[in-house]
Amino acid sequence: MNTLRLVTEEPVTTEELAEAVHTALADGGTFVGVFGVPRGSAVGVVALVLGGATLRRIEGVVDRRSPKYPALTPTVPGALWYERALHDLTGVVPIGHPRLDPLVFPVGGQEGDLGVRFPIDAAPNERLVPATRALSGQVVGEGVFTIPYGPVRSGVFESVEYLVETDGEDIPRLRVRPYHKHRGVAAQFRGQDLEDGLWLAERYEGTLSVAHATAYASALESLAGVEVPPRGALLRLVHAELERIAHHLDSMIRLSEGAGQAVAYARLAWYRERVLRLIASLCGHRFGRGVVALGGVAGPPQLDLAEARRELSDLAARLESDLERLMLTPSFLDRLRGTGALPPEAVAKHQPVGPVGRGSGIAADARVQLAYGGYRLVAAPAVAVRQAGDALARQQVRIDEVRGSISLVLDGLSALRDASGPWRVGVDVPDGQGAAIVEAPQGALVYLVEVNGGRLSEAIVRTASFHNFALFSSAFQGDILTDFVFIEASFDASMAGVAG
Amino acid sequence: MPWVTRWLREGVLTTRYPARRDDYGAHFRATVTLQTPREQLTAGRARPGPTLAEVAARCPTSAIGEDGAVLSLDRGRCIGCGRCVASRPDVFRFSPELEGAEVAREALVVATSEAPTTEDVEGAMRALHARTRALRRSIHVRHVDAGSDGSEEWEIKALWNPVYDVQRLGIFLTASPRHADVLLVTGAGASGMAGPLRRTYEAMPEPKVVVAVGTEAISGGLVASSYATRGGVGSLVPVDVWVPGSPPSPFAILHGMIRAVDLVVGR
Repeated sequence: MNTLRLVTEEPVTTEELAEAVHTALADGGTFVGVFGVPRGSAVGVVALVLGGATLRRIEGVVDRRSPKYPALTPTVPGALWYERALHDLTGVVPIGHPRLDPLVFPVGGQEGDLGVRFPIDAAPNERLVPATRALSGQVVGEGVFTIPYGPVRSGVFESVEYLVETDGEDIPRLRVRPYHKHRGVAAQFRGQDLEDGLWLAERYEGTLSVAHATAYASALESLAGVEVPPRGALLRLVHAELERIAHHLDSMIRLSEGAGQAVAYARLAWYRERVLRLIASLCGHRFGRGVVALGGVAGPPQLDLAEARRELSDLAARLESDLERLMLTPSFLDRLRGTGALPPEAVAKHQPVGPVGRGSGIAADARVQLAYGGYRLVAAPAVAVRQAGDALARQQVRIDEVRGSISLVLDGLSALRDASGPWRVGVDVPDGQGAAIVEAPQGALVYLVEVNGGRLSEAIVRTASFHNFALFSSAFQGDILTDFVFIEASFDASMAGVAG
Repeated sequence: MPWVTRWLREGVLTTRYPARRDDYGAHFRATVTLQTPREQLTAGRARPGPTLAEVAARCPTSAIGEDGAVLSLDRGRCIGCGRCVASRPDVFRFSPELEGAEVAREALVVATSEAPTTEDVEGAMRALHARTRALRRSIHVRHVDAGSDGSEEWEIKALWNPVYDVQRLGIFLTASPRHADVLLVTGAGASGMAGPLRRTYEAMPEPKVVVAVGTEAISGGLVASSYATRGGVGSLVPVDVWVPGSPPSPFAILHGMIRAVDLVVGR
């Protein structure tokens, strides 16, 4: 059972919202995000703060006739991107926000512009058109020009547009425009059948299907007060850790490719293929879709557990040897050391999660702190932390985590062999709200679901990629254009999760 | 230097596909198809379980059509959730779909009564191959993400890993749309990508082929009715080849490209 406790605070006025969030943070909490949800003709501004194992939900309601409230960002810097997204999606204006450029969907953009329909108002099958005129193209500085990079790039990338402001070599400022591939996934949860919501969660970030499905299912299970049986919890763990290995390898593949390490690139790409094939042998799908079911897992693994152990052990031995060699290769390390270093002030303000945070000294890992599901049944992983905050530190964290994940999968497979009982239990979800946090490969993934009349009435999804990417432009202190690929790969963000 | 021996260490890992069959993925739950014809169907109806109309109503992407006499299943909408297989295994089954790409959108619809489209499809295929004959062993590929969930990109990138290594077939990624012959489009057709996708398409020289990769690209999948998507990429660019799957596996994507260009492979 999810140990996370959801506490819904008494509603506050929007004037009190910033103060309430600030107080919750002062008690030792970390800022999770702020989101706009429909409340009839009004908009609920929902702020989430995590303190220990308690997720505080603080809501203020904004009247649509006067769609504004005092912004959180001046006192809570981590809210910077959340309030921009909230403004894009609901039209509510956070007064005093330092930079309210469109982020995930540029609609209208003008306050009080009549006839503008925001995504929050859109009916099913109503198509809204992003208004690119709302985007600012201003550049400041002598001899500085802007290189737009993306959304279509050479190679196989998810769409995102970077505006690189440069005088030719240095990158004094970088702007990120993820809106191109915005799909409005979070809004699609509204009105969904609870089981259909699971399929949608698996496709929020398609390479993180297990993390999303687990977080979604856990949120409903905690609302229903249901504990997932050991076999279900352990199989979820096995798949979640395989997903982590695949993602961390993806980051390393891109780093090796960028550094021209052709052999390392080919070998790591082969290992990643083998991990995806192992996942498919276990469940029939290369991204683990259909594994997680409400109340546990859909069924037993399709591969003999001893066979899975053998394959992973063989893979681990080869991978270990290549990673050791890679971390002794100067032409690789030279490109990472000092590259994309996050300034400590920015880290303190934004509290990045996952390997980006842990590479900058933030020792947070939901698997350890919340010990949810299967992580209570096997030896807890050590939290991998580095202090330097550069691409090398993030790479070192990922290497430690790949090792940790391999031993977790092996432990999980052993525990599965000895476990008995059902793979899933029935879940009777009452109306109400449930929340869950799981540690996705990029960091803490948060789901908060609202059930009304047996269907989803709202889902708030906080992806680690969105949270961390607000810091992306801060990582370019003193870096040059050719460092770009390393900084991007070391963030390893899922653009589907950033754009939503 | 130490990398040199590692380069040679594993021998050949690369598949022989398409010259030879590759059995990997034969047990995939890629998309769903109908069990063999009417006899099965009538036999199944006698069994307890939801009616086919109920199953059709419960399909999350409305991929199942049921009007009494004819049952149809649109593989271009199916996300492979397997709910219909679980409730009526006598009628529906998973299909590995490693070679599921089609040159006509309608050809993705499986129906209990045979639709007379076979000739049209073959005609479309011949026309496509006549157009792409000149490309043969040098195919330059450009990819555009028009609102994918990210998994299609992984599967496309995998084509250049040592296991699939499509460069052996003369398939290359190109850095400019000016050199591109094949455009791989993923994603549900996000409105924000309509312009960039169109510009990439227009920048490509003739002959050009567009491959819609994945269920989301074909029909929009679960985000088809979103305010921010256009229910697939078909309304944004003219699509020549449709590759179903959520996401399609690397072999399925490769098969889509082989369909697009009448690739000459050594037998």
